[in-house]
This record gives sequence, structure tokens and C-alpha cells, in this order.
Amino acid sequence: MNDSGKTLISSACTDRVFRIAAAGSALLAPLLLAALLIQLGVGSAPAWREFGPGFLIGTEWDPVRNVYGALPAIVGTLLTTALALLFAIPPAFVTALWLVDAPPGIGEILSQALDLLAAIPSVIYGMWGLFVLVPVMQDHVQPFLSDTLLFGKIPFFGEYGNGFGFLTASLILALMILPYISAVMRNVFRMTPAVLRESAFGVGCTRWETAKDIVMRYGIRGLLGGIFIGLGRALGETMAVLFVIGNVVALPEDLYASGTTIAATLANNFAEADGVLRAVLFALGLILLLLALGVQMIAQYYLALTGAGRGER
Amino acid sequence: MTTIPLNKRRGLFRRKLVDRIVGVLSVAALVLAIGGMAWILWTVFARGASVLSWEFFVNPSKPYGALNAGIGNALLGTVAITLGAAAMGIPPAILAGIYLAEFGKGTKLGNAIRFAANVMMGMPSVVAGLFVYAVLVIPMGGFSGFAGSVALAFLMFPVVLRTTEDMLLMVPDSLRESALALGCSRARTALRIICRSARGGLVTGILLAIARVSGETAPLLFTALWSDAWPKNYFTGPTANLPVLITEYATNSPFEEQHAAGWGASLVVTLLVLALNISCRIIFKEKHHGR
Repeated sequence: MNDSGKTLISSACTDRVFRIAAAGSALLAPLLLAALLIQLGVGSAPAWREFGPGFLIGTEWDPVRNVYGALPAIVGTLLTTALALLFAIPPAFVTALWLVDAPPGIGEILSQALDLLAAIPSVIYGMWGLFVLVPVMQDHVQPFLSDTLLFGKIPFFGEYGNGFGFLTASLILALMILPYISAVMRNVFRMTPAVLRESAFGVGCTRWETAKDIVMRYGIRGLLGGIFIGLGRALGETMAVLFVIGNVVALPEDLYASGTTIAATLANNFAEADGVLRAVLFALGLILLLLALGVQMIAQYYLALTGAGRGER
Repeated sequence: MTTIPLNKRRGLFRRKLVDRIVGVLSVAALVLAIGGMAWILWTVFARGASVLSWEFFVNPSKPYGALNAGIGNALLGTVAITLGAAAMGIPPAILAGIYLAEFGKGTKLGNAIRFAANVMMGMPSVVAGLFVYAVLVIPMGGFSGFAGSVALAFLMFPVVLRTTEDMLLMVPDSLRESALALGCSRARTALRIICRSARGGLVTGILLAIARVSGETAPLLFTALWSDAWPKNYFTGPTANLPVLITEYATNSPFEEQHAAGWGASLVVTLLVLALNISCRIIFKEKHHGR
């Protein structure tokens, strides 16, 4: 009797300890996020003091005079990300559409293959980009675009390049984020109630009309969520971009020009960083983190909306 | 019912044509994506396979010109850094997952934590490196493999947390209730009953997280850095690892031999990551068919 009484008490005690340990671990997630923001804020303080808010629109990057501006890196990040989305969204949408309706065996295998594309480490994309894609861009793609399709006449497109630069980086990013966007879109398409699609087919819609007018309208928030997930990945990708962007701190002149992104600037300058430059890197990290957090929050918001929509049913 | 005027009706032929074109484009996009992957994998295999040899795996990397250079130290360093990250990141992540699934379901705090973990999952890995650089590398006075492990643990934490929660929520409530009705404590129920029946899923989540961080490069640039030595000073000095070796050889070296070694290292990393990924998929699938 006495014995079992003790066990009950001790098990109540371990229960409490366990619960506290679990809650403590769970709280690590928000605490680490907060610590990250605070640390980057504190670390970047000297940079803000030195350059003020003008840091955000400064275009100079002069380690000799210790003058730094964030604008080239920010613009480079936004440009590569926007181009990557432009290249990745249409194929992600149509592949997801096709895979959801594909014959089960083939659809399964191809979906798995597409997921594996997301598993390849980014440094491998970088290697491939540097040694394979850059020469191909220089020798074949860029001359073809400029001379055969006459895209060189379009302002800002660029006429001749050395293979490095924004266009190449965006292409690699597009390939990297395509599987992420496509995976979310596949889930969204699968969530569309069968009765909606069947009704559309029933009134004589073609598959494409069903997809664009019914499935897309129904799952638009989920699709946006998927796009923002891809956007977040492209925003912070470092290695694949670092290898092929050219790493010149300058505002983009055209799509073939070499440039930089926030992540690439961080990776490039960390080794010799101290003093003001170190604070500048922390400031760039803070900007990147805030951008990424904003994008993630929007993504979570949209995805939560579709989750709620599913819950109602 | 309004009737669409005849001249605004889309002809059946045109609609079918558009449908067919989109179908063709879908397949083309799929071929492009899978073809891109095949191109990358083929390049890695074709260029990496020729340098693989026993010596390549057991000899350490050496400065250019030295004979018999390999990637042994980097391989060992990657394993040490990744296992260190797993040891630090996985236990709290699983506990946190248990909390969300067993105690925090539908509570405000639970939702807030889930949201934070989701946001953290999309955080750029380079920022994690920067953070650990600030809180560990600067105070400790130098780069270390341990700092690399901390940065990777940081990235693993939200991934394992979310998969743990998802897997535990898949366990039927009746099992939970039976255990509690038999007089098990919440802790015992969670650890002995729920976790055990979700074992396959938990292992999958852990392996996927390991696969995801074992190819991570950006955070290691700020923390573990790189060295030609064997990883003896994991806690105190720069530690060799495969991803940074690849980066060094590819971007900072003009020599053909080192490029080749970089491809060899790329092949090893790719095989490692793909093997982990594919085995996860197989484990998880078997588990689900078994049910």
C-alpha cells in the first residue's frame, strides 16, 4: 500500500518534470527566434550608428574608406528572387496539375523524383552552375538570346555576358525552388473536393478550364502559400548564388551583369570581417532575416487559411 | 440564365486545342525539371567517379601540389559535425514535438510555438551561421567544429519538431486513452506508448533532418570553416568538412586536380544525402503499408 502510494507520488512528480521539460523545449522555438533578432540587432548597431537609415539606400562599398551601403545587395536579392519565381511558378503549376491527375504509378514515381530534386544540397547546384551552366550560358544561351532572338535590343536585358550574373543565378534558383512550390501546389490540388471538379467536367469544361477556373480559384490561398514558401527559399539561398552571381558589389546594370545578393555578400566577406564591416554584415543579416520572416509569416497565414478551410468540411 | 452571345462563345476546337497545349506544356515542364536533376546528377557522377579510390577516402586533404591528397579528414569532420548537431538538436526537438502534440493541442501557446517553428523552418541557413558566429565564434576566439554543430542543430530543431508533432498526431486517440485509463502517467503514455507506435515516423523525420543539414554549407562557412588537418580539435579549431571543401576547391582554386577532388567530394555528399532520403521514403512507405 505504502509502496504504491510512493509510486503514485513519484510518477506525478516525473510527470510534472516531463511536462516542464517538454514545455521548455517547445519554448525554445520562439526564444531562439527572439534571440536571433536581438543578437543581429545588437551586432548591427554600430553600422546603423555610422551610416544611419541611409545605409539601406547607400550604393557604395569601399573597404578602404570603410563606407558601405546595402542597396546593391538588397536589389540583387530582390531581382534574383523575382526572376526565379517568374521562371519557376508556371512550370511548378502545370507539373503539379499533371502529377495530380497522372496515372498512379507514374505520378507517384515522378513526384518522388521531383522531391529528390529538393534534397540535392545547394553546394552541388553551385558546382554544377559554375562548371556546367555558366559555360553553356556564355557559349550558347546568351548569344542565342542576343543574336537570334534579338533580346539584346531590349533595355536592361543585356547584350553580351561572360555567363555569370543575375540571369544564370535566377535560373539555378528557379530549378531549386520549383520542387518546393510544386509539392505545396500538389497538396492544394488534392484538397479540392472531387465533387467540384466532377461538376466542372460534367458541364463540359476541359481539364485546363477546370484547373484554371475551379481548382485554382478554390485553392488560390494555398497556391499563394506555396509560392511564398518558394520565395523564402530563393531569398536566403547562399551557395548556389554565390558560385554564379559574379560577386561584384554593384547595382545590376542588366541581366547578364555580375552582382551580388545579401546572402552572397555575407558568405564572401565573413573571413576578413571586423570592426565596422562586421557590423555591416550583421545589419545585412538582419535585413535578410526580416525579409525572410515577413515572407514566411505571409506563407503561414495563407497556408493556415486553407488548412482552416479544410477543417470546416 | 443569360445566354452568351454567339460571337463571344469560345469554339470547342479552340478550347480543346488550348487544353492539349497545356497538357503538352505540363509534360515539357516535368521533363525540364526532372531533366535538370538528371543533368546535375549525371555531371556529378561523371566527373566525380573518376577520382574515387581507397586513397581518396583515407588520406587527408593537402595543399596543392602534395601527393596523395584525399578527403578523409573532411569526411570524418562532416560526420562529427552532423552527429554533434543531431545530439544537440534532436532531443529537445522531440520533447517539443511531444509537447505540441500531447499538451499544446489547440492552445494559444501551442499555436504560437507551432507558428514560430514554421517560421524558423523557412529561415535562411546563412543567418543561422551568422548568429552562431556572433554568440559562439567571437566569444570563443575562433572557429570550431562544435560551433558548426550548433548552427546545424539550430536548423534541425524546427524540422524535427514539426515532423514529430505530425507523426504523434497520427497515432489514434484511443491508444492514448487506453494507456491513461490503465493508470499510466502522461509522461509514460507519451514516451512508452505514443512515441513507440510512431517510431517509424520519428526515425524518418530525424533522418530527413540529418539529410537536410549534412549538405548545408553556408552556416559552416561562419562556424566550422575549413582546415587540412584531421578533425582532432573539434572543440577548439577550424574543422574540415565536405561542403566547405567543395566550396574552397571550386571557387578559390585554379587547379584542375582540386576541381576534380571537389567533384569527388560532391559525389560523396550527393550519394550520402540521396541515400538518406531514399531510405527514409522506403521506411516510411513500408510502415504505412504495414498498417
